[in-house]
Amino acid sequence: MLKQRPFLIETLTAIGLIVAPFVLPHLGFAPNTVNRILVWGLFGLGFDILFGFTGLLSFGQSAFYGTGGFVAAYLLTRTGFSNVLGALIIGMIAAAATGYLIGLIALRRTGIYFAMITVAIAEVFFFVEFNPLSDFTGGENGLPGVPTPSFNIGFTTIHFTNGWSLYQFIALCYFIGVIIALRIVRSPVGAILSAIRDNPLRATAVGHNIHGYKLTAFVIAAAYAGFAGGLLGVLQAFMPPDAFTFDTSGQLVMQTAIGGRGTLFGPLVGATVWLFLQDFLQSALGLGAAWKLVLGVVFVLLVCFLRGGIVGGLVDLYGLVSGKRARKAAETEEADVETPQAPPAPMQAKEVAHPVYSGPILKATGLTKRYGGLVANSDIDFSVNQGELRGIIGPNGAGKSTFFKMLTCEIAPTSGRIVFEGRDITGLKVTDVCQLGLTKSYQVNQLFTGLTVRQNLTIAALAELRGKFRLDLFRSLSGVKGLTEQVEHTLALVNLTRRADTPVSELAYGEKRRLEIGLALATSPRLLLLDEPLAGMSPRERVETVKLLKSIARGRTMIIIDHDMDSLFELVERVTVLQEGKVLVSGTPEEIKTNAAVQEAYLGGVHGEIAA
Amino acid sequence: MISWPNLVSQLFNGLALGALLALISSGLTIIYGTLGVLNLAHGAMFMIGGYAGFVTYQYTESFILAVIAGSLFVMLLGVVMERVIIRHFYHRPHEDQLLVTFGLGICFVELVRLLFSSQSQIVPPPALFQGITNLGFMFYPTYRLAVVGIVAIALGALFIVLYRTRLGMIVRAGIEDSVMVDSLGINVYRVFMIVFGIGAMAAGFAGIVNAPVVSLTPGIGDDILVQTFVVVVIGGVGSFPGAILGGLIAGEIISVTSMFNPGYAYVMLFAAMTLVLVVRPHGLLGVQGRE
Repeated sequence: MLKQRPFLIETLTAIGLIVAPFVLPHLGFAPNTVNRILVWGLFGLGFDILFGFTGLLSFGQSAFYGTGGFVAAYLLTRTGFSNVLGALIIGMIAAAATGYLIGLIALRRTGIYFAMITVAIAEVFFFVEFNPLSDFTGGENGLPGVPTPSFNIGFTTIHFTNGWSLYQFIALCYFIGVIIALRIVRSPVGAILSAIRDNPLRATAVGHNIHGYKLTAFVIAAAYAGFAGGLLGVLQAFMPPDAFTFDTSGQLVMQTAIGGRGTLFGPLVGATVWLFLQDFLQSALGLGAAWKLVLGVVFVLLVCFLRGGIVGGLVDLYGLVSGKRARKAAETEEADVETPQAPPAPMQAKEVAHPVYSGPILKATGLTKRYGGLVANSDIDFSVNQGELRGIIGPNGAGKSTFFKMLTCEIAPTSGRIVFEGRDITGLKVTDVCQLGLTKSYQVNQLFTGLTVRQNLTIAALAELRGKFRLDLFRSLSGVKGLTEQVEHTLALVNLTRRADTPVSELAYGEKRRLEIGLALATSPRLLLLDEPLAGMSPRERVETVKLLKSIARGRTMIIIDHDMDSLFELVERVTVLQEGKVLVSGTPEEIKTNAAVQEAYLGGVHGEIAA
Repeated sequence: MISWPNLVSQLFNGLALGALLALISSGLTIIYGTLGVLNLAHGAMFMIGGYAGFVTYQYTESFILAVIAGSLFVMLLGVVMERVIIRHFYHRPHEDQLLVTFGLGICFVELVRLLFSSQSQIVPPPALFQGITNLGFMFYPTYRLAVVGIVAIALGALFIVLYRTRLGMIVRAGIEDSVMVDSLGINVYRVFMIVFGIGAMAAGFAGIVNAPVVSLTPGIGDDILVQTFVVVVIGGVGSFPGAILGGLIAGEIISVTSMFNPGYAYVMLFAAMTLVLVVRPHGLLGVQGRE
């Protein structure tokens, strides 16, 4: 919903902000309340990028809100610094810098650990503000006397004092905040952030440095928080110490969840509901202190029954009414014109970095993996030539998947070396190995299930086109050179063009399997490992997939694990048989078919060797 | 200002606080380990234990009854909470679990605030443990000494339940792999409910035992919750021994730092947590792979 028409959302936001002062007073909103809502909304823009888009739920945003606020307020009240906007920006930078340092610690862990660590950090900031730094922050008194902004524009001075006058300034800040947030969300970085939320494992495997991107999101959230904190001081003419309390973080989290996460405007809506209900319940209904209980109950009910919050609910409703019908129609229409067509030309593999190299593309020596006493792989020597199509078979538990995981550096071998194109990759990270041109498709689908097919492939293609980490926060996705071509090409190759804008969750199993291969393909690997690409497919799907694999094999090297020997033997040139973690034999499909040791391994120890 | 008796008495305070944190954290960590849900309402459970005990004490004037009623009430609350709400969140993302328990925690706190106001309430220590004890080298409040003993007994009981009973074996197996336990024909959902009840009871018990040391306010659980998180991060999520070790470390850090400057207590606690995260990201006694 955030992308169809250019500048639609920007325009609507601008109109909304301009109209607000003329409409809201009639609805009983005091200007001061509106200003507070905007400050919370601005605070929440950054938080939504962190929580809604990246999936990192922080309960410690008060640390940055307070830091930005107090740095700005200190500059303005204690040092004689008089440029309000300058102070706000310095506060924002201070908060972002703090966010960077804190992020280095908090992002060492994910999930609930991350939540717990952020809570603890925020509490530290609260105590530091009150005690060791009370000379600078005024301790429990806060910093009174924060001035309001004024701008000298040559012939006259504009002074934003309070109420609707100050609103103009805050609304402008909010508007700029929205524009920046929208740019970020629509940038390649934004796309990768949602990939991290959906499936961090795969985002890493297709070649993104997700730690760097998470830290980016954390710093962005801290910067927004810092600026909003500064605005709070300006708005109240006083920087309150309770900006640092856990309640501040909690309120932000609740407002975002009430309004709708991942929508950017959710926090603003949530803040409106919150402040309106607070006024309404307290004064109109005379509930006094019980208002927060009512809000708490509303919040719990929303989390239980309306996961997307108010904005999310409205979007779903809108989608139900209009979108579904349109898409259904489009899909059936296209289904009619579907004709079997020749598969498109195979995609080029990544340019070889050092074309002079001409040894085996992959060479593993003495590869061993032990899990405690269990030896999954022992002393495997394995070598694949450029352009070869190699199959790996072996009974269940032979250590095939472990072997693949070691080759792609998902797990580190206990001993042994892996050399890819003459370069020792042992001990590298899976991200770097993928960037070098070696990746795999997974045995169990690892897709970005919340995104569409096209978005999935975009994530993978971005890794190839942009490298593992790049901060092009303000570039639009369409500005990435070659992205559209690569995505469209991969779509055609895995025969999913028709389903490009379907969410992954609505795909059939066979389609998901093809997308799984497509994700690996979109990174343009020179060596592609496929872990049971045919598993779970119907016979007809198998035939199609074998055709697909043949077509992508041109110009690249592939190693395929599968249990479907008929298909595999038809596809590959050589086969390696693994058994009990060791290489049993290697040879052409014909040799393998007639090999006595292989037959024995599969039929289960007729001669008693393996039965033990 | 730093004298030996002063230091020793702070070490004792640290032991008492540490034991208490160990008990509360054990509750949090076995719930998380088994159910995979981090209960952000755990601090509120601690607070409710105190208030439930306080009400019982008002009516019966018996501290023992207050402890029993406080613990049982919170256990019941935990069971109801698990049955009615938490179980619908097992298959939802972690963030949703955090949000819903966070919201429940706020509801509990605000409900208690509505019923008892924000004013602090006092539960006197039982007659047996009133006054101060002469330890030879210093005088120390008797009840604080007793807290260490009472909590140690409770931790012992929890240990026996976890390591010497059938239920405990299932719980520990569930921490390792709850899907496997389920496939073995054990009704994990019933076990989940019991674990949630026991975990909540640990917090509630700590809440009423702690009540005579401090005064009760509706917000009393908030700080404890934060400290509990630090304990769990230091000790390692899902580890009962880790919770005890982490609790004692955290308790001593807070007490000893407070002797110099209470403002730095959290800073030191945080520094310790950071150190652990850098050196052993999975906690001192945590197991790799649990997230």
